[in-house]
Amino acid sequence: MTAKLSLRGVRKSFGEAEVIRGVDLDVGKGEMVCLIGASGSGKSTLLRCINLLEPVDDGAIWLDGEDIAEPGRDPRPVRERIGIVFQSYNLFPHMTAEENVMLAPRRIRGKTKAALAPVVERLFTRFGLSDRMQHYPDQLSGGQQQRVAIIRALAMEPEIMLFDEITSALDPELVGEVLDVLRQLHAEGMTMILATHEMGFARELADKICFLDGGRILEQGPPSELFADPREERTRAFLSRVL
Amino acid sequence: MADTGLTQARRVAGAPTRRAAYEARIRRRSNLIAAASTAAVMLAVVVLVPLAPGWEAVQRSFFNGRVFVETFPGLLEAFLLDVAIFAWCAPSIALVGLVIALCRDVRAPALFPLRAFGAVFTDIFRGLPVILVIYLIGFGVPGLGLPRPWNSPYLWGSLALILVYSAYVAEVIRSGIDSIHQSQRSAAASLGLSEADTMRYVVLPQALRNVVPANMNLLIALQKDVALLSFIGPVEIFRQAGVYKSLMANFTPYVGAAVIFLAITIPATRYADYLMARQQRRRR
Amino acid sequence: MRRTMLALCATALPATGAWAAEHATCAEGKTLQEGVLTIATGNPAYYPWVIDDAPESGEGYEAAVAYAVAEEMGFGEDQVEWVRTSFDEAIQPGAKSFDVNMQQFSITPEREEMVDFSEPYYSSAMAVLTTGDIVEAQGLEPTVESMKDLRWGAMAGTTAMPILIDLIAPSSDPLLYGDNADVTAAMQAGQIDAALFDLPTALYLSAVTLENGTILGQFPADRSQSPDEFGLLMEEGNPLKECVDAAITALRESGRLAEIESEWLQEATGVPVIE
Ligand SMILES: Nc1ncnc2c1ncn2[C@@H]1O[C@H](COP(=O)(O)OP(=O)(O)O)[C@@H](O)[C@H]1O
Ligand SMILES: [Mg+2]
Repeated sequence: MTAKLSLRGVRKSFGEAEVIRGVDLDVGKGEMVCLIGASGSGKSTLLRCINLLEPVDDGAIWLDGEDIAEPGRDPRPVRERIGIVFQSYNLFPHMTAEENVMLAPRRIRGKTKAALAPVVERLFTRFGLSDRMQHYPDQLSGGQQQRVAIIRALAMEPEIMLFDEITSALDPELVGEVLDVLRQLHAEGMTMILATHEMGFARELADKICFLDGGRILEQGPPSELFADPREERTRAFLSRVL
Repeated sequence: MADTGLTQARRVAGAPTRRAAYEARIRRRSNLIAAASTAAVMLAVVVLVPLAPGWEAVQRSFFNGRVFVETFPGLLEAFLLDVAIFAWCAPSIALVGLVIALCRDVRAPALFPLRAFGAVFTDIFRGLPVILVIYLIGFGVPGLGLPRPWNSPYLWGSLALILVYSAYVAEVIRSGIDSIHQSQRSAAASLGLSEADTMRYVVLPQALRNVVPANMNLLIALQKDVALLSFIGPVEIFRQAGVYKSLMANFTPYVGAAVIFLAITIPATRYADYLMARQQRRRR
Repeated sequence: MRRTMLALCATALPATGAWAAEHATCAEGKTLQEGVLTIATGNPAYYPWVIDDAPESGEGYEAAVAYAVAEEMGFGEDQVEWVRTSFDEAIQPGAKSFDVNMQQFSITPEREEMVDFSEPYYSSAMAVLTTGDIVEAQGLEPTVESMKDLRWGAMAGTTAMPILIDLIAPSSDPLLYGDNADVTAAMQAGQIDAALFDLPTALYLSAVTLENGTILGQFPADRSQSPDEFGLLMEEGNPLKECVDAAITALRESGRLAEIESEWLQEATGVPVIE
């Protein structure tokens, strides 16, 4: 089967510093891929490259057989197809949860509020937030905010979702409710790439684990292999520190 | 001893806590001290100033009740002109200031001239004294030979105010735009929103809200600078006070004008301070 | 007591040489500096009141009158000292820097409540300053009727505004300016059609400052119920007032004042009188 998303030789520098140094990665449809690695290893940058928030310097990103990393392409259609959720939620603080979710579909798809209302309400209900739609972000807990951010990305009906350490800023007792959402999405067949430190979660659900080190994927494989018997010394060292 | 401690600790529900009682005591004391010292200063001013040898002359020239009563209604009427000028300048300033701020934020290379224009505009009009701009535009532009009513000093004087003040407002708005964290733009972009939509729906609403207090201060300054239009002809309150002063050889009309200005600006300043404080509290 | 008697006699009787000599003692002990009369003028002082902003030369109507008044009061040329003040400085409370202040101050009852004025040393006609272009474009004539609908301007610090309202009652609110140059600038910018000045100032502005300036007409002082009269301004209650008044009365009655006027102020006979 051909992959939904394929990265080949992707490179990205900030000034002199090369942060992503030739990444190859395949993600099949409905797969969940977890990126693990030390802080500063390039997980966030790689995710931002995939939905073109950062222009890549070199290499190709194939989405359904189309190279979206071609310089000069309009990134916006791609961003509609690949959603991303950030560690710090980044909700729009001057809008209610519902307005946060409706903004992009209204402006980009030209849908009316009325047409969107049932869809949006269903999303909120699905993630247990139907009574929080009219709240402003600062009236919500961190876990609730992060779930709204996920709903906001889902409202554009993306084909792939990227999650960048979305539980790292949460109090421990709130992590579970957000991971449950990911579980649910995975079960529904969403293609997902996660940067995460939740090793237990990654081991339980991921189809593939990639260990990033210094901007390269040093080692990748199914969790059963990578966690149980890492080939690389650096992977072993990293895992012994976080597990 | 241990017993009293316990009784105190087991207080009746609804009674003030020990801390609340202590703070109430402190508050009462500071209020008392503040009241006493204020009274002392007031007394000193009221008793000592009239003892100054020139007080009677000063009172006759500056605090002349008869002149005050005679000129106050005329001053109030002239103040209506200030209010009117303010009322038509303020919305234009908001609009022009916003446009200039947006000009300075455009990134597309094709629009570079717009960006340069925004920078030059703010540099020039923030760099010039208001009165100079009023003279140059108020007399200069109509001097080119415009027909009536297009040469009116009200029109061009107001334009001068609008240009100067929108330069300041533009800078304030730009600082507001800059204060919105990059992650907000990132989040909007990640959803596929265009730059224009990101500005319109995500950045500007937050930026404008953040700069309301700063803009309130500019509005207060504008309210006072409206008086500068009198230099090119309009008889607003400052000029009217000058006319009364010269006709009556008495400075009391200026005091009257000051009273009218303060009646507007003090509440406005307090309100701006309140907004500013509320925002500080929110940020914390 | 003797002094008051003298002053009363002086105003009542025609001036004689003997009287002048006796009167020289009037100002004694009443000036800021003993033996010196300190006179204030404007900063700058304008033509034709003071020529070349140099009152010490005695040239110009007010400069000449000042020296004549000083002489009448017993001060020689070298006993006159000049200082400069604005109008505001002239009326502010507190110690004054001058004995008398002379810069076309119009005598009004309101002002007289705050300061003292001498007898008038000049009665000014008021004149309408405009430009040839405006006269032509609007077909102006020297009648009050034809001037009502003009856009009017005046100097803010003068009595021209109430006189304007009184004499012409324009249909729109006049614009006021802080400075002669601003009035002419506004006229050149087409913002006002005409401005009201005292006649000597209007003559000067029309001839020198205002391009294509002209005087549409005048309201002669002797035809007005409340003519614009200039007096020397003094601090309220200044004891010098009686001496100054006596001096001016003497100058008027001896014909000296008229002489000075014909020497320094242009003949206004060519200017049409407004009906
Ligand atoms: N916008 C940027 N400009 C410059 N350097 C950056 C930028 N973003 C990230 N980096 C650098 O790139 C490296 C990788 O960062 P990041 O992708 O955030 O790592 P991770 O998410 O794995 O912690 C870090 O050294 C970081 O300092
Ligand atoms: Mg990161």
